[in-house]
Amino acid sequence: MNTEQPLTADTFLAGLWRENPVFVTVLGMCPTLAVSNSVLNALAMGLATTFVLIGSGALVSLLRNVIPRAVRIACYIAIIATFVTVVDYLIQAISLRLYQALGAFIQLIVVNCIILGRAEAYASRHPPLASMINAAGNGLGFTLALLCLGTVRELLGSGSLLGIPLLGPQFAPWVIMLLPPGGFFVLGGWLLLFNWRQRKQGVKIPVAEVHRHGA
Amino acid sequence: MAPDALPRIFLDAMLINNFVLALFLGICPFLGVSTQIRTALPMGLATAFVMLISSLCAYGINALLLWLGLPFLRLISYIVVIAAAVQLVEMFVKKTSPTLFRALGIYLPLITTNCAILGLALFQTLREYDLPQSLAYSLGAGLGFTLALVLMAGMRARLALVSVPRISQGAALGLLLAGMLSLAFMGFAGLGGQ
Repeated sequence: MNTEQPLTADTFLAGLWRENPVFVTVLGMCPTLAVSNSVLNALAMGLATTFVLIGSGALVSLLRNVIPRAVRIACYIAIIATFVTVVDYLIQAISLRLYQALGAFIQLIVVNCIILGRAEAYASRHPPLASMINAAGNGLGFTLALLCLGTVRELLGSGSLLGIPLLGPQFAPWVIMLLPPGGFFVLGGWLLLFNWRQRKQGVKIPVAEVHRHGA
Repeated sequence: MAPDALPRIFLDAMLINNFVLALFLGICPFLGVSTQIRTALPMGLATAFVMLISSLCAYGINALLLWLGLPFLRLISYIVVIAAAVQLVEMFVKKTSPTLFRALGIYLPLITTNCAILGLALFQTLREYDLPQSLAYSLGAGLGFTLALVLMAGMRARLALVSVPRISQGAALGLLLAGMLSLAFMGFAGLGGQ
């Protein structure tokens, strides 16, 4: 993929759905599982990650002819860590409560494989605008996946959405959904759903690729 | 036991708040390398070793940065130290066991982006552990990670011999298994007497 692809709507849409980073390429599992216990947390985490993706995508792309190939990964990580530090302080300034709810996971955006993956596979080979659009697509795809998980977990785990009770007082919350096993089960369920849909459409499940990536 | 006693911190990191199964850190190698016990065990030990080194370095760096008044450089310095420690382990494994080096493949350099390690450094800073406490914490976390990896590898080795529905092959099945393991580990929650 050394040739630059033309800028099309697919630059944006690929990451959003067809190559969704969570459901299709199974990257960035840790934050996906950890902060998806409520819709608000999921949304904040998704947007923070999107910001870092776009920012680092733009910078990596601008510097793509300056950075020597041998030390590129170290350079990418330094760039990503810079943007994460910015987001970390930004969220702390906007809402301390949200900051405490997300905890160390904001700083852990640094080691989210989606971001390094995009920097290596896309931004280092494409001009800044295309990289930013691609990053935005992937970031929103990640946010979408987090929301898918967050909605199920919050609805079943506390019977509410965005803190608004929906299922009435007689609903007994499934506490397990808010606990760690719930995260694994719900994501496993969504992956089953995606695999089933892909099989119905006759797309071969990339089992080998899933094994290689892990998360 | 006081919450900051060394055995308590050790057990807490290893079993009660297991990094993989309760805190969702390091899911990446957990799903990726846990197909055979033969590779899961060395991978776990390599990660535990990197954890120990980075925990020590992170403690020193944090003290230095606080003294210099530059706490916003913490994240960048931590990740650099971890990358260096991983490089060290990689050279060591390559030299002592080329077979193992090939078996671990891409997952060895990827220890750098294992969030369990950065998470460990960040958590110990957040909780303001002193040096012995940090060491107990990182030892517990490393052993807990190894334990989770080996348990998962054992389960997967058995599953490799049975037929499962096509749609649940790969990551989906791994996640459901991890969910059950995580459920089992929740039984340790009462261990600390909290």
